[in-house]
Order: sequence, then C-alpha cells, then structure tokens
Amino acid sequence: MSAAILTRATEMEPQKPLASLTKPLLVVLPFIILLLAASLLPGWAVRVPAGWTVPFVDWANTLIEHMRDDAIFGLFSFRDLTRAIAELITWPLAFVEGLLVSGFPKIGLAAMPWVMTAGLSGVLGWYLKDWRLGLLSAGCVAYMAIFGKWELSMITLSVVLVAAPIAGLIGFLIGILAVKKPWFEALVVPLLNVLQSLPHFSYLIPIAVFIGVGHKAGTIATVIFAIPPMARLTILGLKGVAEEVREAGKMAGCTRFQTLWMVEIPSARQPLLVGVNQVIMQCLAMVVIASFVGARGLGHDLLFRLQALKIGQALESGVAIVLMAITLDQLSRAAAHKEPSHVADATLLQRFPFLVASVLVVMASLLLAAITPYAQAWPSELALSTAPLWDALVDWVTVTFYDPLQYVRNAMLLYVLIPVRDLFQSIPWTAMVALVAAAGWSLGGLRLALTVSGFVLFIAFAGYWERSLITAYMVTVAVLICILVGLPIGIWASRSERRTAIVKLLCDTFQTFPSFIYLIPVIMLFKVGDVAAISAIIIYAMIPIVRYTIFGLRNVPSEIVEAGITSGCTRRQLLWNIRMPLAFPEIMLGINQTIMFALFMVIIAAFIGTKDIGQEIFRALTFNDAGKGLVLGLCVAFMGLTADQLITAWAARRKQRLGLS
Amino acid sequence: MRNFTKSATMATILAFATGTAFAEDSTDPIKIPTHNWSSQIVGAHIVGKLLEKGGAKVEYVSADSQVVYTALCEGDVSLVHEVWEGAFGVAFQKVVKEGCVVDAATHDAKTREEWWYPTYVEEVCPGLPAWEALNACADKFATAETSPKGRFLGGPVDWLKHDSERVEALAMNFEVVNAGSAAALWAELDSAVKRKEPIVLFNWTPNFVEALYDGKFVEFPAFDPKCKDDPAWGSNKDLSYDCGNPKDGYLKIAAWKEFPTKWPKAYAILQKINFSNMDIAVQAKLADIDNMEPEQAADKWLADNEARWKAWLGSAS
Repeated sequence: MSAAILTRATEMEPQKPLASLTKPLLVVLPFIILLLAASLLPGWAVRVPAGWTVPFVDWANTLIEHMRDDAIFGLFSFRDLTRAIAELITWPLAFVEGLLVSGFPKIGLAAMPWVMTAGLSGVLGWYLKDWRLGLLSAGCVAYMAIFGKWELSMITLSVVLVAAPIAGLIGFLIGILAVKKPWFEALVVPLLNVLQSLPHFSYLIPIAVFIGVGHKAGTIATVIFAIPPMARLTILGLKGVAEEVREAGKMAGCTRFQTLWMVEIPSARQPLLVGVNQVIMQCLAMVVIASFVGARGLGHDLLFRLQALKIGQALESGVAIVLMAITLDQLSRAAAHKEPSHVADATLLQRFPFLVASVLVVMASLLLAAITPYAQAWPSELALSTAPLWDALVDWVTVTFYDPLQYVRNAMLLYVLIPVRDLFQSIPWTAMVALVAAAGWSLGGLRLALTVSGFVLFIAFAGYWERSLITAYMVTVAVLICILVGLPIGIWASRSERRTAIVKLLCDTFQTFPSFIYLIPVIMLFKVGDVAAISAIIIYAMIPIVRYTIFGLRNVPSEIVEAGITSGCTRRQLLWNIRMPLAFPEIMLGINQTIMFALFMVIIAAFIGTKDIGQEIFRALTFNDAGKGLVLGLCVAFMGLTADQLITAWAARRKQRLGLS
Repeated sequence: MRNFTKSATMATILAFATGTAFAEDSTDPIKIPTHNWSSQIVGAHIVGKLLEKGGAKVEYVSADSQVVYTALCEGDVSLVHEVWEGAFGVAFQKVVKEGCVVDAATHDAKTREEWWYPTYVEEVCPGLPAWEALNACADKFATAETSPKGRFLGGPVDWLKHDSERVEALAMNFEVVNAGSAAALWAELDSAVKRKEPIVLFNWTPNFVEALYDGKFVEFPAFDPKCKDDPAWGSNKDLSYDCGNPKDGYLKIAAWKEFPTKWPKAYAILQKINFSNMDIAVQAKLADIDNMEPEQAADKWLADNEARWKAWLGSAS
C-alpha cells in the first residue's frame, strides 16, 4: 500500500486547479450551447422527424412472428422448441411441490408436515453455520405456517428451489464457455448487460408467446431473469484464479478438463457461491412479476390483495417473501463461507452428526403428525394475522400525515418537478448525443464515445424520444434526492459497527420487499402523479447508495487513515480530506447502482400513472405488441447502460489514480 | 371366431355412432384463468365447478388480465369468462379477428364505466349527479398543479376512455390525470374517503368498490353512437364526445377456437352460463366484505343459486 501512496503523490502533483476544470467544461460546453440554442436550431435537430424513425418495432415483430410461425428447424418452429423445453420443467416442479405442499395423491403419499420442513431447515442452518442460523431458518418456516401462508409460501419456495439450480447451472456453463472462448465472451457479455438492464415487463409478451401462460411459464421467466448474475460471477471467479494455482495444476499433469474441474472451479468456489446467492435473491425478486404470466404463490396473492386494497394482507405476503429471502440468503452465504471438512477415523455419529439429526427430525415429525393433525398442517382457524394492525397503521399515517405532506408535495411539484420536466423536455437529441459522446471520449476514448452515443441514437431514432426524456427526468430527480439523503445516512452509518449492522439490515429488508407494496401508500399520501412516482422510486433506489457509501468508507485502507490521524487531522478533516476522496470511486459505483434501481422502479411506477416509457410498455402489453415492448425495453436498458458505461469508466480511472485498484 | 369378428364389428359401429352422435369431451383439463380482482376469481371457480359437474377436468391458471388474450389465442388458457367491453374490448376483438378466439356467450350483466363520486361529495357540490352541477363546483376538486381547474382521476390511458376529449367538447373546467392501474384508482379513492376529501374519478359497475363505498355516477348527456363520430351531434357542434359513456356495455365469455370441438359438452354448458350485475356484485361481496376464500365463495354462490345453475346444466345435456 505504501507504494501506492507514493505513486499517487507523484501523479497528483501536476494537477493544477484550472486544468482540472477545463476538461469537464469542454465536455458540457457543446451540450449547453445546443440546449440554449434549441429555439434557433432547425426542427430536425431538436426532435427526430417522424419520417426518420427507424422501424425497429416492425423488425422486432417480424422476427418474433417468424420465430413463432415458421418452421425454422425443418419440422418445427422456434416456438415449438421453446415450448417443448419448457414442458421439461413441469417434472421437477411437480416433484418439489408434491414434497413441500401438495403431496402425491397418486401414490397416496402426503406432503412433508410443516414441523418436518421447519426441523430440517433448522438442521441445515445449524450444519452450515451455527445453532443461531438454525433457529432463524426454523423460525421463518414456522412463521409461514402459523401466519396462514403455508401453501402459498411453499409453492413460491418450490419455484425458487427449481428455478435457482437450473438458472445457476445455465449461468455457470455460460460463464465457463465465456472464459474458455474469447469470441463467446465478446458475444455474451454485452448481451448479459442488456438482459440485466431490460425492464422485466418487456419480456412478458415474448414469454407468453414462446412459453405460454401458467405456473410453468412463471417459473421459466424466473429462470431467465436469474441467469445473468451467475454467468457474470462465474466469469469473474474463474478469471480471478491465480496463475500460480493453474501452473501447479499443469505441473501435476492435469488434462484441460481436470484443470477446469479440479483446479479452477474449486479455487473459484467463493465467487461461484456468491453467484448462487445472487441467483436465489434474483428468483425471489421475481416472485411478484412472474405472477403476471401465471406463477402461483405469494406473488399472485400479493397482487390480488393489493388490487382489492387489502394492504395488511398484502403486506403479510410481502413479509413472508422477505423472511424467505433472508433465510435463503443467510443459508447460501453460510454455505459460501463454510470450508469443506474432513474427519478421518471417527464413529458414524461423529462423522455425520447432521445426517443423524435429520433422520431424527424426520422420524419425530412423522410421529408427531401421526399423533396430532396440527403437526401436519397448521389449521387455518388458528392462523395468526397481523393484517388489522398494518391496515390501522396505514390508516393512521394517511390521516395524520396527509395534510402536512401536501405542502411538501405542492412545493416540490410547482417549484422543482414541473420546471425540471419542462427543461428536460426541451433537450434536443443532438445536444444529448453531443453530451454523452464528449463524456465518453474524455473518459474512455473513441470506443466508449461510439458505444454510448450509439445507445442514445437508438433511443432517439426508435421514435420515443419525448417519453424517454420524461423517464430520464424522473430518474434524474429521484437519483439526485437519493444522493442528497442517502450519502449522509451512509456516512452516519459507517461510524460504528452497530449502526452499520442496523442500516444494512434495513437495506436488506427494503430490497427484498416486493416493490409493488410501496406503490399504494405513496398514492394515498401524494395522489396519482409525479410526486408519488418519484417517491416510490426514491424509497427503492436509496438502498444501493447507502450500501456502497458504507462499504466505501469502511474499506478505506487503515494505514492511510492512521497516517491522517498522526498528522493531526480533526474528525472532520479525516472525513472530507481522507475518507471521502478515497471512498469516492466506490460511492460512484453506488450511484451507478442507484440509477439502475431507479430505472427498474420507474417502469413499475407506471402502475401509479406516469407519461413516460413505462406507460408505453404497459400499452404494448395491453395490445399484445411484443416488438414494441422489446424496443421500449431496449430504450430503457440503453439509458441505464449509457450511465453505467460512463460511470464505470470514470470510477476505474479514478481508482487507478488513487492507487486503489 | 366368427362370433368374435361380428361383435367386434358391432363394437366399432357402435363406437363410431356414439362418436358422431354424442361427441365425447377430451380428457385434457380445461384451463381457466384467474386475474387479480376478487369477483373474477370467484366467478372463475363457479365456472370451473359447473364444468366439473358436467364431467370436465378443470385447472386454474393465474394470468394477467391483458396478457390472457395472447394466452387464449395460443390455447394456453381455454376460456375467459369476464370480457369487459370497456377494458378488454380492443384486445378481445383483435384475437377474434385473428380467428383464434370465439365469442362464446354474452352475460345479462351490463357494464357501465363513467365518472363517479362518493356520496359525501354531494354535500359540497349540490345538484349532483348532473354534470353541469359538477362543472359548477370544479374548484372543489382542484389541486396545486391543476388549479383553478378541477382534477379528474381517469383510468389508465390504454383503456381509451376519451375523457380529455369530453372535457374539451363539453367545455368543462377539469383536467384529466390518468392513473396507471385500477389499484391506483382505489388507493386514491380510499385515501380521499378516509379524509372526506372531494374526489371524482373513473369507476365502473359491476365492481367490488360498490360494496365498499357509497357513491354515484355523474350523469352526462346520454350516449348515442353518433356522438363518437359525428361532431354535429349534441350540444357542441364542432367536436365529438360531447356525451357520456354507454350505460350498457357487454360482458362476454370468450373461448379458445378449439374449445367447441374439443369439449363440446362443456362448451354447451359454457354458453348457458349467465351472470347478472347482482351475481357479480355478490361474488365480489363474498370475497371482499365477508373475507371468504375464492373457493368457499364459489360454493356459497352455487348453494344459493342452485335452481339457476341446474337449469344451465340441464338444458345443456
């Protein structure tokens, strides 16, 4: 680290205050000139004329129809192929569901009693980490039973238990192939980027066409969404394997397959298991959206309750999803940290204590179930419910806080949102292209400039420029507020272990909470409109900026902080002159994630009522226009990728300059 | 041997005869979609139970109410028993035109979609439900961004309700704000009712909201087909849409094109099924007010209306 500090000192030297200002100025200058001169520009330079619009939508629809109707593979069409593959998933799904909840009536076998499920998950937690994790997982499973969400939760759990391994395996294979074949990596990494930033709703119609509607389609949708993180982390993990390790494998005479299987994969175990963890979390994040194409379980229940304004009951389903997420997250994290153990020369009990415990749990719960039906299925008349409490809370909040919040709402709307929206809507497309191209060129050279201006050109020529600008306005305002609020929270939380733990727990909870639930309270408080939509976005997009700020500040090399202390910095100086500059690249990545989260939520905010791309995506859904949905989705994805590419390039440069990378 | 051949031939002939005279239903399950509002889910279970009584196998699939028409076209669901003219008419007509969906039957229930207000609004705005009275107190509905105009909360834009055109044609002092979903409409209504704030919003009947909140539709100049296309019709000679929405929209049952041939007996029952406005209101009430699970609610409805559904089953076989 000391070497890094030294290089940093020499590199920072030649920077003069004026020079550091000229470059950003040059980047923004063309944009500002074009924006101010908007009224003088010819019409075509402000708005893309209708005649210039490239018919991406028609092309996408032609492609989809071709794949649906024409026999590309000789005897059958692409659609027949996808449907046949989709059919395969019904087998494991039926098996897991039978095991967990529905039983196997054909062979007269009942499902696992809830005490058995709870007991086994307890043993699993104990095995992976300690008795505390065991207690947590058993408790969460018991919650589902006691709060009357057993059937729904177990259906959702079986979707996750089937979808996660499949998605993990596919992602893993994609990752391996990408690492081994450079041409495949060049092909698949941009595709993964787009897939990950495409709004979920633009997938739905293609899924309805190529796979159908129903529980199985919902499961497949979940699989598709969960593949990218696994592929990404596999690539990351395998590339991170130290060259020495690989050499050692070669020296021991490994074949290529053995190198991969016995050397590289075991050394990349941790990132791979983090990938598995991400896959599981992604599956749970999809629970509600998958129910749009027919997945049963908690997600469908939640939407149905929300639609009937039963907020308390919807919230209970939401809590069940959060608890499931927390349990699975903790279990998979524990699995990632657990080192394989080898015990030689021991008794059966010593070698397999957990196996013995599992067998005991199975026998005990079967016995219990035979004695009392309460152990098989918790009776619905004894189910607890917290719904009235939540409903009362929502009532109280709307009645008490409505009036004071109206001042905030109106001021925000009249003095901030409406002026900013008008400003955004006057941005000529040429100005936007100039801005991103200049930024790309200054941060990453010609290649980056071409990529990002290509993204913006696509949006401009797809024919949805005005709507994209509204989306951009909402995201920009929301992200700025997130930074203003999230940064101080992050700084505050990074001061002590305890605060960090509390804030992280809150972040986890809010992130796994199905975002649909936020929509109803914000409407009740702010009415349908931009304030409600932006508030919903803020609640959700705040999470990453807080998280990354904490992470960045806490990971500042302690030597540098100590150096600051020994040279007599005050606490304030320590924060602003040492910690913040060093954590800044990390915080920028947090802002990047905040933009991604905001783009995800802005589409869901169309449920509140917006006039942006999200609304058009729903319209495409109404008219079964798969092509339009996809093109609009790409517009949103490209907006995110533009920000992502620029910020990542900036952060990488900055880190290098600070000697952190 | 001879005897055997003879009986075999007889059997074949018999089988053939039954095959043509009383075509047997396929044993594949009939897939019934459930959407995310209560009356539809209860109704789906009633339809399912009736088809089961007729000997069919039934499976419930949850599906979004818009995506379901793609699914119906592909045969992934077999029927949709609540096709609203207002909300799903466009999607339904599109798949009927493509030839993959048939219009199986029409319920007695008449649907109406119109501007609506909770009853307490009459206190601040006397003269309601006439639209002129509403217009006269538009400022009572104003918010910061629409002031001095009143704010009307419309349904999602893709429902194509022409509210803005009407506001213009009738020179109303209102601004239309579109909600993004039905849930958004109900959330605002619920919040306004709790605080007794004046609100006028898009609503429709039959609907569970009727069971939860008291309210009335605003009465606009009566609908006439000419009002949509002929600017000269009505009070405004230069603009169309100077009238209310139709008061008697259809509520239909749609079926997959292969339904009639694949399950002829079930199809005959399906064509007889007929819900009235009251039926749908009761189905909603059982689920939303009495907090029954959809299945229980369906059983309750069937128990209360035995004579009617027996007639549907009886006349179908």
